[in-house]
Amino acid sequence: MENKGTNSDIAVDISNVTKRYGSFTALKNVSLAIQDNEFFTLLGPSGCGKTTLLRSIAGFEDISEGAIRLYGEDIADLPPNKRPVNTVFQQYALFPHMDVIQNVMFGLLRLGADDATAKARVGEVLELVQLTEFANRLPSQLSGGQQQRVALARALAPNPKVLLLDEPLSALDLKLRQAVRLELQQIQSETGITFIFVTHDQEEALTMSNRIAVISDGKVQQVGSAREIYEAPGNKFVADFIGETNLIDVDVKDVKAGHASCILPSGAAFSCHAADGARKGPGHLSVRPERVAVTTPAKGLLQGTATRAIYLGTDMHIEITLTDGEIVTARIQNSENTHVPNIGETVGLNFEASAARLLVD
Amino acid sequence: MAGGMVKSENTNTSTYAGLGGWLILPTWLVIGFFLLLPVGIMLIYSFLTKEFRGGVIWDFTFAAYDQFFFDRGLFGDDPAKIEWTYIKIFWRSIWQAGIATIFCLIIGFPTAWFIATRTGSNRSIWLFLITIPYWVNLLIRTISMKFLIRDTGPLNEWLMSMGVISEPIHMINTNFAVQLGLFYSYLPFMVLPIYASVERYNFALSEAAADLYASRLTTLRQIILPTVKPGIIAGCILVFVPSLGAFLAPDLLGGAKTFMIGSLIEEQFKGNAGNWPFGAAVSMILLSLVLIVLTYYARQQSKAEQG
Repeated sequence: MENKGTNSDIAVDISNVTKRYGSFTALKNVSLAIQDNEFFTLLGPSGCGKTTLLRSIAGFEDISEGAIRLYGEDIADLPPNKRPVNTVFQQYALFPHMDVIQNVMFGLLRLGADDATAKARVGEVLELVQLTEFANRLPSQLSGGQQQRVALARALAPNPKVLLLDEPLSALDLKLRQAVRLELQQIQSETGITFIFVTHDQEEALTMSNRIAVISDGKVQQVGSAREIYEAPGNKFVADFIGETNLIDVDVKDVKAGHASCILPSGAAFSCHAADGARKGPGHLSVRPERVAVTTPAKGLLQGTATRAIYLGTDMHIEITLTDGEIVTARIQNSENTHVPNIGETVGLNFEASAARLLVD
Repeated sequence: MAGGMVKSENTNTSTYAGLGGWLILPTWLVIGFFLLLPVGIMLIYSFLTKEFRGGVIWDFTFAAYDQFFFDRGLFGDDPAKIEWTYIKIFWRSIWQAGIATIFCLIIGFPTAWFIATRTGSNRSIWLFLITIPYWVNLLIRTISMKFLIRDTGPLNEWLMSMGVISEPIHMINTNFAVQLGLFYSYLPFMVLPIYASVERYNFALSEAAADLYASRLTTLRQIILPTVKPGIIAGCILVFVPSLGAFLAPDLLGGAKTFMIGSLIEEQFKGNAGNWPFGAAVSMILLSLVLIVLTYYARQQSKAEQG
């Protein structure tokens, strides 16, 4: 694990956690070290196990194997109400018969706070999420965005060591979601509470997180910053899941010290970075569409025919079918000077060595 | 339903608004014929004079109510005293109905919870099982119960053969028997409304409560019970109200010792010894009592809805 500091810096230490439901294994030997004061995101497609992992940290799921430590203390056997973590639920799960104040105060009172202390803390938290004026409303009298803030305030009020967020933005519309992203980030840095955020939305993950764990099929595929994951995907799944990418079939001749020499489908020799574990033989080269340049056939590393152009506003996607039938997408900026190839035109494709990366399947 | 059979007349009015006025007619007919009219007749009869072989003489009087509340009559020569006999019967009925409601709640809530937390098809099977006894007439079920719990009945014999008891437990003609009868008769009326509200209960709320450090008991008291309260109240009313006026269980299982409102009313309309105006008056008093309970409930509901 990268960035592994001293033990006290690790907020949540998940080691070799496996979770089985009958014959189905939801988590396969997952290990993660989430740093103190970190905005950490579990990103993956639905059904990948990210929510199961979050629920295991919260205590709603019993793990089959492994250990979960919270600041060094093993919490795997504690019931949810004994774990100093709080959750923002996907559908908020606000108590419908309690007003905003009572909802937010609930955890504080359970922890034994007296009424005055609890009220003062509720005031603080409501101010943090800008809900002071709605304090006496019932959840049913609030909009989706306001309910989401109540859920956040309720989970923050007891000042948890770690805040767990289970796709909290998925029920909001796009504009609101973007605004709340910034706010969440701000609240995280203001409070200094470790956030573990679950999402299937890569944009959300990339814009908010200090670090991201990409999860698929119950396994951690890669852990790293947004930039690392986007620019240096460790395997084919990560490259494909985060952003868009072209996966070009290549014949790998040699891998040495993180560099690979390979032969492109056009027969041209090419050398670039290789992900850890890349081997000789048939492989996949990942090149992001925005790093692919369309040029004349003679100047290109690859040659093909423009078969489709998709207008995207600021950009255009040009699909080029290579001679072997593979389709490569180039993303070109939409400006007056851009040469947009006509459909059927034979073009060349170019990319820098730094834009390409040999992946592990 | 009778309401469905009463068709609104097809008038020549072609506008939708005109038709809309007529479409409510079945509702009014049902309410009028099956609710207002019978209650009205009963109200009128309660102020008439009794005829000795059943029936009434059209002579307006307060005699029936007087008989219920006062000894020797409010308008007699001697100073009137409160007549406790009937009030005691009422009190006993309320008490019995209350106990029956509490038992039904204690057993009904976990049952409803259990059914509502099963998966799809299992749920239907359990609900089906709950309603099966209701395909048999209540009278037959009550008589069967009488047979089951009598001194030489299968229950006592079984307990004795198992060596649990050496002598039969006397159950018939006791309050216990009445309770058992009421409980058995009305349990589904508790289970079904509670089931309906538990089914709508969002179990994420329990997780949220646990996440916020609430114990199971606190979650039950502060989150689950308040959320499913409408179902509990509906169930309690549906058990309490019919228990209050029940006469089969008290009559067949309780014997004379546990005389309740239902039997009192029944007696007034049976054979020549009856007193129709008095029976009507007792019914009206019972109705008023029920209305008070329901009004209280309705107020609570609207308060809860307003927040």
